[in-house]
Amino acid sequence: MGYTVKADPHYTLYHPRWYRRRMSVWWWLHNRAYAFFVLREITSVFVAFTALLYLWQIRALIQGPQAYEQFLARLKTPLFLTLDTVAFLFVLFHAITWFNLTPKAMVVRMGGKRVPDWAIIGVNYAAWIVLSGAVAFLLLRG
Amino acid sequence: MPSTVALSVARYRPEQESEPTFQTYEIPFRKDWVVLDALNYVKDTMDGSLSYRWSCRMGVCGSCGMKVNGTPKLTCATFLSEHMPGPIRIEPLDNFPVVRDLVVDLTDFVRKLKQVKPWIVRKEEKPLAEGEYLQTPAELEAYKQFSMCINCMLCYSACPIYGLEPSFIGPAAIALAQRYNLDSRDQGASERLKLMSEDDGIWQCTFVGECTEVCPKHVDPAGAIQQYKLSGATQWVKSLLLPWGTR
Repeated sequence: MGYTVKADPHYTLYHPRWYRRRMSVWWWLHNRAYAFFVLREITSVFVAFTALLYLWQIRALIQGPQAYEQFLARLKTPLFLTLDTVAFLFVLFHAITWFNLTPKAMVVRMGGKRVPDWAIIGVNYAAWIVLSGAVAFLLLRG
Repeated sequence: MPSTVALSVARYRPEQESEPTFQTYEIPFRKDWVVLDALNYVKDTMDGSLSYRWSCRMGVCGSCGMKVNGTPKLTCATFLSEHMPGPIRIEPLDNFPVVRDLVVDLTDFVRKLKQVKPWIVRKEEKPLAEGEYLQTPAELEAYKQFSMCINCMLCYSACPIYGLEPSFIGPAAIALAQRYNLDSRDQGASERLKLMSEDDGIWQCTFVGECTEVCPKHVDPAGAIQQYKLSGATQWVKSLLLPWGTR
């Protein structure tokens, strides 16, 4: 026989009667954890949006005071206020879930013992607060 | 508590139907029964044609994995009382072809497991006369959690990535690769990393995290994969900065 045996999960040659389920396009609605995961994946769009907004801001800054005024005025339109609020919430969601996931990837051992998850998460939050504080200080100082 | 409970069991008899159907069995409810006891009751007294796998009935063999009310579970460790008043829906694991009723085919996993070399790889075996490879309790602790895997496939059933991309090596196989990477006696990490860095390896994982949620042995495959990614990325940066430093 001229058959070649392929080690492929969808291979059916000798088992035409095995039942193979196809995953629904709506698989992520089947359970809350999947929906949460997809929501987290979607946050990337808003993270990208926020980054683009900063790039746009820098460009306006380079183009001079008038362009920057125009940029600021545009940010105050209802469209951008709504977009910014939504983006902010998604970025916050992204940051918090990201911090909470870090101990999964980082196993730190000190004195022969594994550093507990809350400590690793805590260090992340502490760094976040310190950096945000430093940025706020730089901006609000003068 | 009621005295009976309805089991809604997925049936697939390839000689008579082209896709699975559900069959309901009304069985006595006993609070000390697990789902597997209920299936055994059905098979012994009501319908001998029902097919499913089981062996140890104590969470060690890993053969009685099924979906109970939509969640992948070891049926020997899932009490009926957790799902009362019922009906309790019992289906085969997702993402594997169904051979019959609740029996799925696991060939794909076995093939992948072999690929990750789940054994101790040595560049050179030391002579027998030098004795065994010794290990400290701390060295054992480093990988012990990942060695608890019983290949029950609940994680593959819970993994949507494996469902969408069947070529993905998958949670248990990667956790087992990591188990050997972290073993102080093993020297095969770079061989495994080669396979894991390919398209079907660790980077397919988008960290849904459900594999860890459903794992009955607390192996945490999602953690294993993320740690693997971190060490893989570190290795890559090192090879970029110090091309002469790594092999």
